[in-house]
Amino acid sequence: MRVRGVLHRRTIPVRFPKLYVFKPKPAGDGAGKGRTYLVTEETTELELESRIESIARAAEVAAQVVRRLGLSEEAAYGVDMAVREAVTNAVLHGNRQDAAKKVEVKFHGSPERLEITVRDRGTGFDLNSVPDPTDPQNLLKASGRGILFMRTFMDDVQYSRHPEGGTVVRMTKRK
Amino acid sequence: MAELDIKERQAGDVTVLDMDGKITIGEGSVALRGAIRRLLEEGKKKILLNLAGVGYIDSSGIGELVSSFTAINKEGGQLKLLNLTQKLQDLLAITKLLTVFDVYENESEALSSYK
Repeated sequence: MRVRGVLHRRTIPVRFPKLYVFKPKPAGDGAGKGRTYLVTEETTELELESRIESIARAAEVAAQVVRRLGLSEEAAYGVDMAVREAVTNAVLHGNRQDAAKKVEVKFHGSPERLEITVRDRGTGFDLNSVPDPTDPQNLLKASGRGILFMRTFMDDVQYSRHPEGGTVVRMTKRK
Repeated sequence: MAELDIKERQAGDVTVLDMDGKITIGEGSVALRGAIRRLLEEGKKKILLNLAGVGYIDSSGIGELVSSFTAINKEGGQLKLLNLTQKLQDLLAITKLLTVFDVYENESEALSSYK
């Protein structure tokens, strides 16, 4: 697909949402004035408080991104579910609802995929030590199913440590 | 409007909770927990959750269903599920909880299954 324009969005809804839209560069030959460009790539960044309310806020922005990218209803449901679970983990387990710690969420949409990263400022965890919630002995546990949902609804889920601290989960949904 | 609306009715000795909305972390999960706790306090231990109106549930909501199930079992009661939406059914399949919950598509069948 020919990239005719690139739009970068930066959203910082800490208390008062602010939207910065950078106009697309003119593609190729002519002067850009008066021309219409297709949005083929976009980036939206959020910085969220470590509160339960931030989960719905992240899901709300995810829905807007998904709509702009034209993902199917089924894909939209999966992204919504994965974003809620990732932000829930960041708020509760990563930052432990510490008001001094923020959760950073980044959505990067391209013609091929939507990539979402969620970073917390926690001390991290060993992915291998997370119990399998579908193991018969864990079925009646009240928690521990978030990562399973993220892996179910996204095409790829990777965890890493951020060099400056915190855990980063990178989730990809192919278009 | 509340995230989760819960209406209670009695069918013989079974208490049916008709639920409408979302069961997600925060308000929805708390509402379900409160309703189950209140019924147990009132000695109502045969509980049927009608989930026909629940179109969305997250892992916290699933966890709350499990907690309700274990809390009611502990009191010698029974929790059963009625009218799962396709999404909820899929989530219970993914989490292998369809093997744990007693699930019905027909209310009279569900009611007659209580001992």
